[in-house]
Order: sequence, then structure tokens, then C-alpha cells
Amino acid sequence: MPARRPIRIDAIKLILWTVGGGLILLALIGAVLTLGQGRISPSSWQNLVVAGIALGSVYALIALGYTLVYGILFMINFAHGEVFMWGAFSSWFMAAGLNEVGFMDSNPVFAFVLVLATAMLISMLVAVLLERIAYRPLRNAPRLVPLITAIGASLFLQYTARGFFGSGVRAFPGYNLFEGVIDLGFFRIDIDDMVVILAAIGLMLALYFFINQTRTGRAMRAVSEDKDVAAMMGINVDRIIVTTFAIGGLLAGSAAILYTLIFNQVHFFMGFLPGIKAFTAAVLGGIGNIIGAAIGGLILGILEQVGPNLFLTGYNIPSPNQLQDVIAFSVLVLVLIFRPSGLLGRKENV
Amino acid sequence: MQPWMKRAAFLGLLGGFGALHVSLVGMVGTFQARDFISGIVTVGSVLPMLIAILVGWRAGILQRDTDVAPTPSRALASGAVAGAVVGLVLALLCVIILNVDVDWIFVNARPQLAEILLFGQGIGVGSIILIVGGALLGAAGAALNVVSGPVARTVTIAAIVTLLVSLMEPFLGAVFRNLSLNVVDDFLYDRGGLTPIGFVLVYALVAAGVYAWATRGDRARARVEAMPPDRQRNLKLGAYGVIVVLLLLLPLIVGQRLSEVVGTVGIYVLLGLGLNIVVGFAGLLDLGYVAFYAVGAYVTAVLTSPASPAFSPELPFWGALPFVIVAAAMVGLFVGAPVLRLRGDYLAIVTLGFGEIAREIFKSQWAQPVTGGAQGILSIPPPLPFDRDPQSIYYPILFFCILAAIGASSLAASRVGRAWNAMREDESVAEATGVNTTYYKLLAFGLGAAFGCVSGALFAAKIGVIFADSFNILVSINALALIILGGMGNIFGVVLGALVLVGLPEFLREFAEYRLLIYGAVLVIMMILRPEGLLPSRVRRAELHEDEGEDDAQYAAEAGEETGKPVVTT
Repeated sequence: MPARRPIRIDAIKLILWTVGGGLILLALIGAVLTLGQGRISPSSWQNLVVAGIALGSVYALIALGYTLVYGILFMINFAHGEVFMWGAFSSWFMAAGLNEVGFMDSNPVFAFVLVLATAMLISMLVAVLLERIAYRPLRNAPRLVPLITAIGASLFLQYTARGFFGSGVRAFPGYNLFEGVIDLGFFRIDIDDMVVILAAIGLMLALYFFINQTRTGRAMRAVSEDKDVAAMMGINVDRIIVTTFAIGGLLAGSAAILYTLIFNQVHFFMGFLPGIKAFTAAVLGGIGNIIGAAIGGLILGILEQVGPNLFLTGYNIPSPNQLQDVIAFSVLVLVLIFRPSGLLGRKENV
Repeated sequence: MQPWMKRAAFLGLLGGFGALHVSLVGMVGTFQARDFISGIVTVGSVLPMLIAILVGWRAGILQRDTDVAPTPSRALASGAVAGAVVGLVLALLCVIILNVDVDWIFVNARPQLAEILLFGQGIGVGSIILIVGGALLGAAGAALNVVSGPVARTVTIAAIVTLLVSLMEPFLGAVFRNLSLNVVDDFLYDRGGLTPIGFVLVYALVAAGVYAWATRGDRARARVEAMPPDRQRNLKLGAYGVIVVLLLLLPLIVGQRLSEVVGTVGIYVLLGLGLNIVVGFAGLLDLGYVAFYAVGAYVTAVLTSPASPAFSPELPFWGALPFVIVAAAMVGLFVGAPVLRLRGDYLAIVTLGFGEIAREIFKSQWAQPVTGGAQGILSIPPPLPFDRDPQSIYYPILFFCILAAIGASSLAASRVGRAWNAMREDESVAEATGVNTTYYKLLAFGLGAAFGCVSGALFAAKIGVIFADSFNILVSINALALIILGGMGNIFGVVLGALVLVGLPEFLREFAEYRLLIYGAVLVIMMILRPEGLLPSRVRRAELHEDEGEDDAQYAAEAGEETGKPVVTT
């Protein structure tokens, strides 16, 4: 017979749930008020949702990098946003060069593939070097040490890019390949948004297949379960860790290209916010969980686009979109209050 | 090729990449404007030279497991090879810069850079100078391993100090001029660097000092330790007294312009001391520390400024201070409560989120009626009776720094400090032994918040105007970097860290440009090579080197096998 546990009222928990519940209630009331006012037309809601899904797919791709690394090393690769930024920057040079020689116009598909490949390659390279130089020497250090290293590496990569490439914003040459809108009457979507969404889905499926069906994927799962036992089974743990970083880098590089499709510019600081938000997405979905990262990214992207208008317009808060990032971070805090293991996280990871 | 040569070449290649990095990032070009020894060598060309010496030194440490016996001549040869490779890489860079148009990618890869690297010579002669010079410098670096310990230490430390003295020309020169010691200034410095005579003099003096300490230091220390305890205490008190007097006179010594810098350093010392409580003592990595700083600044601004948009009670600074502290405690609890159950890295990101939320809200149009939104709040009065003159506002900052330092050190030595130690080491064990971790975590957040808020209040009063964008993540990173460089958990470490990381860039324009790059490098290098910081606290060092553990074998055995798996404690 299980012993009866004394009922303990945990004051902190009570306060937290009150605050969290209050926030959610406020958001709901705000949503009702907004919808009641009817100031925002259905078609603009639809545009917001589509934009949210596109942005969310990018977050999801970056979030996969966090989740994969976290699943294996139990560390937050804080510099992952910079891996993304380096991919975007390097591809700018490829794109600008191709544009200069006219290749972009004469052979748009091949040009896009080249740009994408550059971004993926460079991001992968940066991620692997990062692991080799900054993280590997600290594999068994106390927990905070690799995290601080990651913050340092993030700054270093950011300001190296600033020093190398200058501090200005560089506009991406557009691909006329993806211009235009698909209009089905009841539903409109920009072609570049659609490309972003489809590409992200494709990449995620490929990753899912890789993790679940290939030998290396199985080794990765084994290492994430238990490094020591995996090593005893003859898995080269170091090689698997490098592979993980490389895959994270590849995904971040492709995310970078998709991001530039949406925003059309690169900048040395561009990795910071998407990085943090992607981390939020990973936590939201349950860190260490691949499907969770995808779902978390989508939810966060939609919340970020729709949220300010939906929750805040009703209160007549001026320019709600300024508070976009506040919503994203509030989501992070709320998730950690109510469900720290995330939506799909396993309990034992908590 | 022999293994030692391969290794030397590899190290040289790594060094070459380092040299490429400092060149392409623009440091070489920027520092070219400053002389190290005037008329002879600029700081810009010293940078690659330092790298060559460094890899030479590293290559000179021969591995025993390679096939050769580590003889001095082989060490020198190894260093020379490594240094030469560094030179070779730079020569290649110059060839590329001069022949291919790459400055649309690397904005600094212009012919001017090649000119600096080649010492103004043509590509042929310049390359030879680079390679031969690199080899010589590498050999010199390797020689540090060959000569005896005290000598090597003397040479190295004297060289570093001399470089610093040269770099600090804007600071020391201004001090000399302020004290009407123009003679000294003219003698030591010329065109922003040391004069050749000044160089020799400084080097010789420092070397003599270091050598004396290296050979006789133990005896001096033994003499102090042999003194009776009360005399030891007197000596210590005397030393503190001298420091306090110096601190009181500091604005008069350094003059008006540099007092400004000293004030900024003071504010960061205060921030560092506060963050040190949260990170260093309690082990909670708070990346949103700027939120407290911002709250302190905004509360002060709203309560004291006549220009505050919503309501302006126009309290004096000291009248607003109690409100600042109350607000601090409240914000500390507000941030602390949700993150209580989180550990380590989650906590870091969530607090970072809080910092960003605070800034976005302060800046938004929504909050404009209170915070002024993007326009900020103007005309914040200084803390009377002091005015905004840097030489005057220095004193309240100093007052709070000393107060905070005393507070922090007595906390560290108290029951609370021990509870924090226990908690940082192992939360579950601490809890099992009766430490109320919830209480102590909240206490750490509350106290840290109080320090941060006071620091923010002083910032607002010092600058007189505040804008939301002054309170970005970089303030948190800055504070974190300085406590890590100085040594977590140690108060002198915080001061040293603030001096180096905040003071240096403030008066060195060239540094300011690369400040964050250097911070990043400092964080990574410190974590890999010396995680306990330059001036570590004893406990901290024991913790971070627990697996080497002669200090306390049992303790090491207990704490040594942290897998780092649990994220959230329940």
C-alpha cells in the first residue's frame, strides 16, 4: 500500500500558477475583445497565419540543431544562431557573385542550388569547428562552463563576421524564380513563402528518416541514450558528436537561405533573435525531441505573427507588433512554468 | 617528415589562422595607428609577432612520446618552424590581397593591410622578412622553455607589462600631465607609444622587480607569515588604508576626462559584484541581469526627473533610492520565482528572455506614458550634494562600491555564503542537509537585483538621460565577462575584470571597436584554460579542478561524476 503523502501547499507554485493563469486569461480576453472589434479582416488573419507558418518553419529548422545537440551533449549550443548567420552571410557572397556574372538570371534553379549549398557547407563547417575548438576540450567540465563558452563563441563569431564583412546590412539579390503569388480565390500564398514551407518540410522528413532508418542515425540515438554504453558497443562517440553538429549546421544553413527568402537581407547580428526563438521553439516542443522541435517552431512562428494582433489589439495597445518578441519570450516562460518538459518531452528528461 | 616537425608545422598553421583572423578582422589595420615603440614598431605589427612567439613557445614544448629526445636545439628548431609557417601564411595572404580583388568579401583585405604586414617592403623582400622574422620570433618563443623558470617568467611578464604600459599611453600620459609631470610624459611617451628610452627603462624596471620577486619572494612572504598575528592584521589594515586613500584621491590624480572612465568602471564593478552573488556565489547563471540595471535606472529617472512623462514627484536621488531598492527586491522575486525550479542552462536562457522583455517593454509605445518609449527620459538630476562633474559623481559611486564589496565579502563568509556554496555544488545534497534552496535562491536573486538596481540608479544619475536601448543584452554579457575574467566569487577579481574589460576599451578607442570580439575570445579562452579566473577564490578553484583533486579527495569523489543530465529539479 502506498504511503499517504501529506498535502503540502507550495507557495511558490501557487504564485506561479496564478501569474501564468492570469497571463493566459488576459490573452484570451484580449483575443475575444479583438475578435469582437472585428478591425482586422479575415484575409489579413490568413496572411498572418501563412507568414507565421513560413517563419515557424525556419525556426523549426534551427531548433532541430539545438535539439540534436542537446539530446547528445545536454548542453545548449548558444552559438547556433551564429552558425545560421554565417551560412546566410557566406551565401550572400555566392549570390552576389552569381548575380554579378549574370548566372542568376540565365540559370536560376542551378544558381539557387549553388547558393543553398554554400550556406549549408559553411554553416556545417562553422558548427564542426565550433565543436572541435570550443566544446570538445570541455566535454566533462561542470555544466555552466560549456554554456559560458558557448556564449563567448557566439560573441566571437558575431564580431568576427562584423570585422570580416563589415557592419552594414546587405540586401540579398532577389531570385525572380520565386516571385509571384498563388491565388486560389479563397487562399493566397506568396510563392517564396510556399517554397520556404515545402523546403522545411522536406528537410525535416529527410532528417527524420536519417535518424530513424540509417546506421549513423541509430548510433546517434544510442549515444544520446548513454554515451559510455554506446562507446562500449563500438560506436565512435566523438565521430557521432561531430556528425550531430554537422547535421545541425546543415539544417541551420538551409534555414538561413529560407530566412533570406523571407527577409531578403543579411547582417552580422541576424543570428541572435532567431537563435533564441528557435531555442524557445525547441523547449516548447520538448528539448531533445525532433518532432517536438518542428511543432514548437510552427507554434512559435504563428504565435509571434498572430499573437500581438490577436491578444493585444483588443486592449487598444498602440503598435502591438513592437511587442512581438515579448510574446515569444512570454511563451518560453509560460512553458517552463506549466510544462518544463515541453509539449512532447519525456518526463524522465525533466 | 619527422613527427616534431609535423607538429610544429601544424601549430604554425593554427597560429597562421589566428594571424589571418586578426588581420582580416581589421585589428592590425586599426592598431597600426598606435606606436608600441615610437618610430620603430606599431601595435598593429606587434599582434602577428605575438602570435608567432606564442606558437613558437607552444611548439617548443616537445612531447616526450615523439620519437626524439627533447633537446634544447630541437625545441628551438621546432619553434622556428612554427613561427616560419605563421609568416608564410601571412605572406600568402599578402600575395592574394595584392593580386586578387577580395575586398568585396573581406572589407579589410585592402592593399594597405598588405603594406602593413610586409613592413612597407615589396612582396618579395617583405615575404622573406615575414618568414625569417617569424622563424626568429618562434625560436625566441621556444627559448622560453629552454631557459630557467624565473628567467622565462621575468622576460614574459616584463614584456606583457611593457606592452600594457605602452597601450595605456592615453591613460598614463593624461595622468602625468594632470599631475604636471610633463617631463615624465615627454620622456616616456611619444606619438601614442613608448619612446625607445622609455621602453628600455620600463622593461628593465619591471624585469628587475619580477626577477627579485621570483627569486626572493618566498622569503618575503615567509617573513610576513612569521610575524605575530596582530602585526599581520595591522599590515593588512595598513594596506587597505593605503588603497582607500588612493581611491579617495583617484579623481584628483587622473583628472577630469579619465574620472569619467573611472566612474563607468565603478558602475560595472557594482554590477559585477551583484552578478557575482547570483552567478559566483549561488551558481545561477543569470543572463538577464540587465533587467535589474534597467529597472533601477528607470525607477530613478521616473521619480527624480522633472521631464518624466507620466508623473514626476521630482524626488532627490537619495529619496528615490529606497524605492529603487524596493523595486529591485520585487523584480528580483518576480524573475526569481519562475526560474527557481530550473537549473543551469534553462535558467540562463529564461533570464535572458526576461532581460529582452524588459527592454522591449520599456521601449514600446505602449509604455511610453511612463518610460518615454524610444525617446527615453531626460534631465535626471545628479545625487546632491554631488554634481554631474565626473570628479564629483565618482564619490557616490565609490561609496556604493565599497559598501557592496564589504557586504558581498561578509555575505560570502557567513552562513548564507556557505549555504550558497553547498547549493552551487550539489543542490540535492544541499537540500538533504537542510539548506532551504528556495529561500537561498530567492535571496541571491533579491540581493543581486538590489546591487544591479543601485548600479542602474547611479548610471541614470551619472549620465542624466536614459534610453531603453542602453539596456541591451550586451550589458549582461559585459558583467558576466568581467566576473569570469577576474575570477568568479572573488571581489578583487571583479575589480580587476572591470578595469581590464570596461576600463581599457573606454580609453582605448582602438579597443572599443573590437571590444565584444575580445570579450568572446576571453570567455572561450578562460573557460578552456583557466575557468576559475585570473584571481580565483580558493573554493572556486577547488571546485573547478576537482578531478585533479589533491585538495580534498573525498569531496572530489562525491562531486566528480556529475553527468549533467537533470535539467529541472522538482
